[in-house]
Amino acid sequence: MASYVEDTELRLGLPGSDAPAARGSKRSLPDQDDEAGDESCCRNGGSASAAKAQVVGWPPIRTYRKNSFQAMKTETTTVEPEASGLYVKVSMDGAPYLRKIDLKVYKGYMELKEALDSMFKCFSQGELSRKEGCNGSEYVISYEDKDGDLMLVGDVPWDMFTSSCKRLRIMKESEARGLEFRQ
Amino acid sequence: MAEGGDGEGEEEEERSCALGFGTGGDDGAGCSGSPAPAARMRSGSCGGKEQPPPFSEQVLENVLESVLEFLTCRRDRNAASLVCRSWYRAEAQTRREVFIGNCYAVSPGRTVARFRSARAMVLKGRPRFDDFNLVPPGWGARFSPWATAMTAAYPWFERVCLKRITVSDADLALLARSFPSFRDLTLICCDGFGTTGLAAVAELCRNLRVLDLIESDVEEEDEDEDEQVVDWISRFPETITCLESLSFECVNCPVNFAALEALVARSPSLRRLRVNEHVSVSQLRRLMERAPQLTHLGIGSFDSGSADAGAGDLDVTDMESSFAASKSLVCLSGFRVLDPTYLPAIFPACANLVSLNLSYAVFTAEQLKPVIVQCHNLQTFWVLDTIGDDGLRSVATNCKKLSELRVFPMDASEDSEGFVSDSGLVAISEGCPNLRSILYFCQRMTNAAVVTMSKNCPDLAVFRLCIMGRRRPDRLTSQPMDEGFGAIVMNCKKLTRLAISGLLTDRVFEYIANHGRSVRTLSVAFSGDSDLSLKHLFQGCPNLKKLEIRDSPFGDAGLLFGVCHFYNMRFLWMSSCMPSLRGCKEVARRLPHLVVEVIGDSPQDLHGDAVDKLYLYRSLAGPREDAPPFVKIL
Repeated sequence: MASYVEDTELRLGLPGSDAPAARGSKRSLPDQDDEAGDESCCRNGGSASAAKAQVVGWPPIRTYRKNSFQAMKTETTTVEPEASGLYVKVSMDGAPYLRKIDLKVYKGYMELKEALDSMFKCFSQGELSRKEGCNGSEYVISYEDKDGDLMLVGDVPWDMFTSSCKRLRIMKESEARGLEFRQ
Repeated sequence: MAEGGDGEGEEEEERSCALGFGTGGDDGAGCSGSPAPAARMRSGSCGGKEQPPPFSEQVLENVLESVLEFLTCRRDRNAASLVCRSWYRAEAQTRREVFIGNCYAVSPGRTVARFRSARAMVLKGRPRFDDFNLVPPGWGARFSPWATAMTAAYPWFERVCLKRITVSDADLALLARSFPSFRDLTLICCDGFGTTGLAAVAELCRNLRVLDLIESDVEEEDEDEDEQVVDWISRFPETITCLESLSFECVNCPVNFAALEALVARSPSLRRLRVNEHVSVSQLRRLMERAPQLTHLGIGSFDSGSADAGAGDLDVTDMESSFAASKSLVCLSGFRVLDPTYLPAIFPACANLVSLNLSYAVFTAEQLKPVIVQCHNLQTFWVLDTIGDDGLRSVATNCKKLSELRVFPMDASEDSEGFVSDSGLVAISEGCPNLRSILYFCQRMTNAAVVTMSKNCPDLAVFRLCIMGRRRPDRLTSQPMDEGFGAIVMNCKKLTRLAISGLLTDRVFEYIANHGRSVRTLSVAFSGDSDLSLKHLFQGCPNLKKLEIRDSPFGDAGLLFGVCHFYNMRFLWMSSCMPSLRGCKEVARRLPHLVVEVIGDSPQDLHGDAVDKLYLYRSLAGPREDAPPFVKIL
């Protein structure tokens, strides 16, 4: 990859970390594990791991099970379950296939929008995230909540969003205008 | 079995009997080497190019067919079919249950042409790593071409079991319309269908006995047309039904309870009922009253908080009386929403329980003990790690007949606390010598504990240990985990399935190669030092059929060692390793009956020489035509 593209490439991860350059492949989630050959590294949950991003599909728990925990009620339990992983489908108008992402990986809306941007940029001409004063933005990110209503992403606090979002839809702005979004 | 024959794991060959299928079938390739000869139909319909066999041979084949009817094990049938043409024809004519381990290994047309009398099919699609989101959505494995071929060829088809296949509502409707004798539908980890399809099955399959939806992704609405959720439960015929098993835990939307209760009331043969979390505990009670003959019960909500207008607060003793009345219960599962104080309600059933799945419920060792102390007959137990080593000790003390144990992590991340460790594993091994299958998630493990288990549980057939921190060594010695897994393959002579984890060098693969003579399925993650590992595996393990590898330093050299073995395998999956496009092309060039797929997250990923995901499998059907743009077939 030419360096100028790398500089402008949108990707998730801590500042200063490199994407695994050797493979040149993209993943939908960041993989900061650059130690494919470093088997002597011993990780015991120290400070380094707090900054480490989750690797896709590890530990190997079925998405079905992970999502089930998300829906679990916790009032009467003595142990707080920290459900890890909340996979929602992401579809985009005009894209021939959809994707699944783990909402738990992102800390907020900006990260989410950047991730979606990089995941679907091969389809769109412009940026997905809405910008002030930019009327060239073509797409709007919406989501379906638990009640089946279509909502605009960004309106509610992030935690409320992750607990109610069931799937994401990236739609053209022109279509979005015609629809009624629940306020 | 707690979850209808197969939950998280791959079904072993023996288990497909539990699904009611009895084994029978192969992936269509018969055996390694030469493709099977074209089948010749005896009833005179279209097919082979040769003359029909002479009369005397036909008499012999009639006799042979009568004998082969008794052969149910599919490996025996595969062997019989290779004896000679006569046996091949007879076997093909009498095979009732066809097992296709990889839906792309053989075409639907070829399958129905060979097995003219089939009444049941087991079909598997996507590779298992799809469960962990490693296979991009849209990769493939659709049921439609199979549905089309089967409905055209088999008027009397009875049973279908699909795993990791995309099934559409239209497919389900086609099945329902076309097979008047249809009895069993089992969908495991499938997707693509919704309540519309279920309604069609309920309505049109008048002889339906089994409708099991297990861990499938049931659409709640049509993507294109914003359809409402369909009340499929109401679509069952109003008359007495033949239903024996109904499992819809994974259907996320509420069902019409009145219709469900009425359905249960008019289904005297119902033995297995697994409801979703929208069924409250008081509703469950009513269902249990309607069906006291139940043997397998999947509980939805099991807490007082479930909203049920007019029900009031249900007492634990009320529920307890319900369980006392259901004297045939041998399997409990579900517990999607659990108030641990309700657990004592199941006490009356504990002594008879053979299978208990509590793996969706969070509770402690103290809360588990009163239950497990009574479960003397328990053979299958699935639980969350929150019970800790202490809870496992209780299991070990009380469940002497334990055959299968699965301990899932409540918090599936590398840095979580981890409630179980090596001492829990040792306790289990000491208390449960009959253990045949274990899946164990933990954060800390020692070689010594694994060695101990290998010695105490020599009957282990399935050993899957997941140390969640990547490349984590022995917590006491800081050594790699090679010796532990080595002991497993050395001491457990019946081992057929193995999943390894923790810090592992090439050494462990040498052990597996030298001692794992029966190993058929191997899962590798973040393991090994070099291609020597693959050299060991491919040159050593005669029965290796399914190999899935991720994030390990294996490249083209290792891949090429497999050329001598790939035709004997169902598939190889390698992701985030180091093969290159050149290496994969070389493999494809040398093995014309191998389909070599390079998979990316998007089409752009396929342009370079690096290969992120590789999936190769033997196939008689050649490169598939339904590959999406992010898959390149070499």
